[in-house]
Amino acid sequence: MLIYATRRLLSAVVTVLLASVLVFAAVQLLPGDVATQVLGQDATPEAVAALREQLDLDRPAVVRFLDWIAGVVQGDFGTSLVSGEPVTATLWLHLRNTVLIAVATIAVAVTSSIALGVVAGLYRDRWPDTVISTLTLVGMSVPEFVVATLLVLALSITVPVLPAVVLDEASAPVSDLLPAIVLPTIALSVVMTAYIVRMTRTSVIDVMASEFVTTARLKGVGTARVVLRHALPSALLPTLNVIAMNVAWLVGGVAVVENVFNYPGVGQLLLESVHDRDLPVLQSIAVVSAAVYVLCNLAADLAAMALNPRLRTGERSAR
Amino acid sequence: MTETREPRPGNAGGPPARGPGAVRRTLRSLTRSTPAMVGLCLVALHLLLALLAPLLTPYSPTGNAPDDALLGVGPEHWAGTDALGRDVLTRVLYGGRYALTVSFAATACAVALGTVVGCAAALRGGWFDDALMRVLDAVLAIPPILALLVVVTVLGAGPAVIVLAVTIVYAPQVVRVVRAAALGVAPLDYVTAARARGERTVSVLVREVLPNIANVVSVEFAMRASWVVLLISSLSFLGFGANPPTPDWGLMVSENRTTMVVVPWATLAPIVALATLVVGLNLSADGLAKAWGVDRVREGS
Repeated sequence: MLIYATRRLLSAVVTVLLASVLVFAAVQLLPGDVATQVLGQDATPEAVAALREQLDLDRPAVVRFLDWIAGVVQGDFGTSLVSGEPVTATLWLHLRNTVLIAVATIAVAVTSSIALGVVAGLYRDRWPDTVISTLTLVGMSVPEFVVATLLVLALSITVPVLPAVVLDEASAPVSDLLPAIVLPTIALSVVMTAYIVRMTRTSVIDVMASEFVTTARLKGVGTARVVLRHALPSALLPTLNVIAMNVAWLVGGVAVVENVFNYPGVGQLLLESVHDRDLPVLQSIAVVSAAVYVLCNLAADLAAMALNPRLRTGERSAR
Repeated sequence: MTETREPRPGNAGGPPARGPGAVRRTLRSLTRSTPAMVGLCLVALHLLLALLAPLLTPYSPTGNAPDDALLGVGPEHWAGTDALGRDVLTRVLYGGRYALTVSFAATACAVALGTVVGCAAALRGGWFDDALMRVLDAVLAIPPILALLVVVTVLGAGPAVIVLAVTIVYAPQVVRVVRAAALGVAPLDYVTAARARGERTVSVLVREVLPNIANVVSVEFAMRASWVVLLISSLSFLGFGANPPTPDWGLMVSENRTTMVVVPWATLAPIVALATLVVGLNLSADGLAKAWGVDRVREGS
């Protein structure tokens, strides 16, 4: 178990490193001169030269990459090309704001999707299942920006209870931001729930048909106890991975939804950096999200191992 | 992380039956399932409307008519007009053309590339497979929309770049699914026989493996298509996809959002179009998956 965990940890580190190589290569090596790319075709030669100096473009790419990654490991993400300020401070501030939404979304989406998935699985092909499955399908089929736009129409315009746009700065205290996270959280939860419910429903159906559940029933265990104590822990195992996968989606979804509400989070920072071609910021966000994604998957795998006795004994067979 | 996420091979038990009988069975299974039929009809309707767009509406999708700006729903303009006086319904119809062409091209490229690489990885195995899986892990760790934005930043917006970007983003996921399916087929007797006959890898791939994972690939195509439509419309909504005045659903929502109180249908019409197309694609993918007994593993888009 320990060996397996260590190996998974190592491979996670390798994955993040590889991802940062890819991002660095995509941003800095393709195609032509980065400085001209950033400044546009009609930039003055002086400006291009200054930027080349700032980006250290005269040194080989490998050296620049090693330099950059060494900084990242020490928590230094470089300097923004636009503001001239260190990326790290800005990034953490926006990250904090996004984590507020992300945590709230995961809490809401996981709870509601497990509840809905269990109900749909238990009432398979009867009306509660039909209703839930239809709603799930619709939730999966509309992009986040549509849900967000419709929420604004419903809760900010028709019945004005919540603000349509956030006016706070990125550095606003958490207490000020709390009212602002309600609509983004609902929008993201709707879509995320739709994805998880499907998985929960399927695994509940699988587990309820399994022999150990039948045995428990034949022993005369009550339905509630069968579902909660026997079926649910096994049914949640596959769901765990889907949840981890959804975190990757969340990073993208957050970008879109934050844009709708003008919420000062990582998503907004990402779009700004794309718009201004602020490469150091863009690279940093990419690496941080890759790390978050890999960590979540690692956590899901280790949690699955802890919950499933069969995976605990030895290492899993070759993939 | 690789182990648990891969779907089970499509048909580990043996090759699916081929020939006209199989086609008939598939069709029967599809026509008997109401959701699958609804899905296929929705997709067909969208295709038809996109094809016939110029015949169905007298207006131009891009021409401004300031005098007609922000009209409500009426006999002249069935879904009203937007802030520049363009007929909303016309733009929705033409938007379907854009959405369908770009999404179809992007999905086709991603699935084709993913299928070839996935099969190659499964058949070749060894260091090639190991190295490839490592790199794919890394690519998958970057959120799709971020990867898309990076590509668009580097290469600039435009339909061709979007097709390329979507291919880069989604091909790795297709590779995984196809590789798993091909691994299920590779150890079977008829593949061993073909190899023993001394057939070349390419020929084994085309004549033995591909026909037997065609079902997995088709389901993958339908499923990817629904995500690609969503992803491309999100990109347009953010202002990094289609350039104005292109009639694009995502772009329309973003443009008409500010006038939502005055002319709600200018925002709602593209939303309805987008949602029906994706629901259609999703239902079709579900129907195909059920008809062929392929596991449909959904990840977050």
